[in-house]
Amino acid sequence: MKILVCISNVPDTTTKIKFAAGNTSIDTAGIQWVINPWDELSLTRALELKDDTSNGIKSVTVIHVGPAASETTIRKALAIGADDAVRVNAEPLDAYYTAAQIAEVVKKEQFDVVFCGIESSDFNGSTVGGMVAEFLGVPSVSAVSGIKFENGQAVLTREIDGGKETVTVSAPCVAIVQKGIAKEPRIAAMRGIMMARSKPVKVFEPVAVEPLTQVVEFEKPAPRAACKYIDAENPRQLIELLQNEAKVI
Amino acid sequence: MSVLVYTENWDGKFKKLSYELVSYAAGVAKMNGTSVTAVSVGRVEEAELKQLGNYGASKIISVTNENLSQLDSQAYAGVIAEVAAKEGSKVIIIANNNTGKAIAPRLSVRLKAGVGSGVSKLPVNHNPFTVYKRTYSGNAFAQLVIKSDIKILTLAQNSFDLVPSSNTATIENYTANVDGSTVKTSVTNVEKQTGKMLLTDADIVISGGRGMKSPDNWSPLVELADLLGGATACSRPVSDEGWRPHGEHTGQTGKIIAPNLYVAVGISGATQHLAGISSSKYIVAINSDKDAPIFESAQYGIVGDALKVLPKLVEAVKE
Repeated sequence: MKILVCISNVPDTTTKIKFAAGNTSIDTAGIQWVINPWDELSLTRALELKDDTSNGIKSVTVIHVGPAASETTIRKALAIGADDAVRVNAEPLDAYYTAAQIAEVVKKEQFDVVFCGIESSDFNGSTVGGMVAEFLGVPSVSAVSGIKFENGQAVLTREIDGGKETVTVSAPCVAIVQKGIAKEPRIAAMRGIMMARSKPVKVFEPVAVEPLTQVVEFEKPAPRAACKYIDAENPRQLIELLQNEAKVI
Repeated sequence: MSVLVYTENWDGKFKKLSYELVSYAAGVAKMNGTSVTAVSVGRVEEAELKQLGNYGASKIISVTNENLSQLDSQAYAGVIAEVAAKEGSKVIIIANNNTGKAIAPRLSVRLKAGVGSGVSKLPVNHNPFTVYKRTYSGNAFAQLVIKSDIKILTLAQNSFDLVPSSNTATIENYTANVDGSTVKTSVTNVEKQTGKMLLTDADIVISGGRGMKSPDNWSPLVELADLLGGATACSRPVSDEGWRPHGEHTGQTGKIIAPNLYVAVGISGATQHLAGISSSKYIVAINSDKDAPIFESAQYGIVGDALKVLPKLVEAVKE
């Protein structure tokens, strides 16, 4: 079995976002790029599954759609333990475009299970995974917080309102994963970092796809009013404000 | 040409989110000069279906098919695409919850329709079709142009006010063409808590962080939530430590919520936490550190020890 893990390159979550080019793009100066947190967890889980040899996983490959500059992020994934990587040499124009590129590679390279994080912390679209599955015409399960393999099938835990379900599906399939899939993201050890340098990164040129959406302008969230402080000895005053001023209780 | 809205049901019942979706769809329909068709999948009583009319649906298409008894995103997207084609819908509204996130992207590829996800306001512009969406986990917003002929919008929960309407909706039963062999996923087990207020549905959320000091200190927080008819939540370190269940974690990688009132008790307010709660209408911060970043996001603040303030708040509410 071959697993593909989709990874996206996002600004470190503590980054103060600034805009450039008349608010049409993000000012990338000084941004620390990291693997999207959900993708990092999904890579960790894929590697855990591979470590258990009874699962018969031959390889864990990471795929990233992005320019050469994002190779640092790919090397991080290889250092964490992925066997090899694919980079589609293109700016990820929108989710539809990105998913189409990933699906194309899956068709060529024949992966059995594709892992996608449920969301990226930059665009917050929550769409690439499901789109990849639909492009491929294979089943997808979303909001997955657990995955194992049993009798040749993927057994997934799916989060639902107020609980969870167990869902089984045969490969090929796409698992769209969220928090809970792995406890802590796996961290690259020195040996992994050394080995990552010589692991193969295949570069594919993109296929022609028209994106369906485009950001035309970014803006900062509206600032909140200054905080009104209430004396810790008299929290009753807070209740009064919430009742009479905010009118929320 | 009607605006199509997918209204999920929970054991045959709709909830506030369903009416928010229909209210939003009615707002979009008004911009387009068209009407709202709601599509419901699964067994829902006629009286319940009619409720959707009270928020602006003119027509309700009720799909029942035994092969659709569990969510299979491929099959559901197929059925919604079929209904959209039948109705000639150019705008489709879906919730930005787990179900919506499973269906919307598949529907997008099937209909070649661009997705504006997690919208909370009506489209900014009709032509070009422009929506306002949250990006960078709440640190920025974007105006997104959807260029495709058909558009899909996923609506953030608790972000759009209900708009009552005097419509009387007509109901059309629709037999979807779903062959059981095309449903590739099967649900083998369901564990569900019933009767408990869901965090994502709650208008009031009382949330505890490390400032609560120990899992044994939670009872006044839970009591406060109960008294106010709210739900309880927590920060990531608290769920990681196992003080509270993972389902309560609000933040970037946990649940993203937008209640009317969010009370952060002993939570410092790291960026990752704020990403999950910044859309709350009112934020109250209770923290012993006057420099904690949570106060920058809060409208009301109390600088003080959470464990001393909470019992006093409980007393004040009781009175």
